[in-house]
Amino acid sequence: MTVFDDELQQLKEKILKMGSLVEDALKNSIQALVDRDNAVARRVIDSDRVVNTLDVEIDEESIRLIALRQPMAGDLRFITTAMKITTDLERMGDLAVNIAERAIELNEEPILKPYIDIPRMREIAQGMMRDALDAFVRKDKRLAMDVIMRDDEVDDLKHEVLKELAFFMAQDPATVYRAMKISFVAQYLERLADHATNIAEMVIYLVEGKIIRHMVPPAEAAESE
Amino acid sequence: MSEKIELEVKELDFHYSGNVHALKKINLRAYKNSVTALIGPSGCGKTTLLRCFNRMHDLYPGNRYQGEVIFQGDNILSGGTDLINLRSRIGMVFQKPTPFPMSIFDNIAYGLKLKGVRKRAELSEKVEKALVHAVLWDEVKDKLGANAYELSGGQQQRLVIARALAVDPEVLLFDEPTSALDPISTAKIEELAAVLKKEVTIVIVTHNMQQAARISDWTGFLMLGELIEFDRTDKIFTAPSEKLTEDYVTGRFG
Repeated sequence: MTVFDDELQQLKEKILKMGSLVEDALKNSIQALVDRDNAVARRVIDSDRVVNTLDVEIDEESIRLIALRQPMAGDLRFITTAMKITTDLERMGDLAVNIAERAIELNEEPILKPYIDIPRMREIAQGMMRDALDAFVRKDKRLAMDVIMRDDEVDDLKHEVLKELAFFMAQDPATVYRAMKISFVAQYLERLADHATNIAEMVIYLVEGKIIRHMVPPAEAAESE
Repeated sequence: MSEKIELEVKELDFHYSGNVHALKKINLRAYKNSVTALIGPSGCGKTTLLRCFNRMHDLYPGNRYQGEVIFQGDNILSGGTDLINLRSRIGMVFQKPTPFPMSIFDNIAYGLKLKGVRKRAELSEKVEKALVHAVLWDEVKDKLGANAYELSGGQQQRLVIARALAVDPEVLLFDEPTSALDPISTAKIEELAAVLKKEVTIVIVTHNMQQAARISDWTGFLMLGELIEFDRTDKIFTAPSEKLTEDYVTGRFG
């Protein structure tokens, strides 16, 4: 193993560390909401500082490697992918913080309804995130494609949640404040899944050298004709 | 970028005397007004391939070509090719600058005189044009009578390029033209290549991968006499198709 290989390995490990921190933050933020636990919510908010530090470190390290090693081909794709993945991870960390903040606000209010779809959304989004990072580590294109396909499930659940909350609000204006906060949470989870999808798309680029972002899937393109 | 083919290599085999099989079934195209880089480890055949394009191998007996190199409809490897004419249409610039031991002016006028240009005014005009073209004019216009050896290495290399340009070539072959130059002179030659390709087609052999990436539009990767991959330069350096190319450009060779 060359010194450069070693540097690439360290970069990869930093991304995985960042990924696991964000994954914990996501899991804990929803736990804080469901269990109405402010202490857990505050831990999520505090832990974001470590995520931000890693974001900067990974960027700096990537820029250093580009300047000094002048990477080509697979190495170049790996480093550019690393930089983009951390941007998504950093945003995901912020969204977990947003969920924790809404949880603290909601904990001041009586319970509106038991959470069913939101923990489900969290589970899918977190699975997508874990698999996207797994796909990155193993350069597994099929797993990355699978993550991209799962995004629709989260979107569908979000619409269900919003529909239900709209019903509450229409029935009783006293629920509006809480329902809006919960709908924000659903929105955050949907965006978390979008970021996991971005990571999966970058993995496809890493493996194949093709950028598939903003491409219309073949099935949809056929429908619109 | 124009896609017209300037040089087309078809099934080219080359043996050095003593039966060393240096090139094996090479197929490659150099597109008009583009820069094509040939890269690969030492001994891969890139310089051998470059030298086929103006029949430099004919200088030594016993070397054998098979296959074709088509240049403007003719196979330049065929027996009837006029080599003097060929080498003025397909010029070559070598690793070490090769000025003639004469004045700056005469270095450039030399080829023109061979082509029958005799009038002083016409010679002067063409010498100036070639030097301007090679971005050397401003540095030498006040000392055209000085010996070419007084110039720096980078200036000598541009002089040699000017000399090749003076006889209006269609193709310029560069054989590691900057390996003996400092970074500033190297940058000047690289800039020059980008400008010159508007008028000539350039094929360059280089050991410096970053140089190939910086200046070429197309890149061919050779190994052990075979062309492993030929594609657009950005493809070769971001997402090559062949594992061997990937290993070479990422420095993980062997």
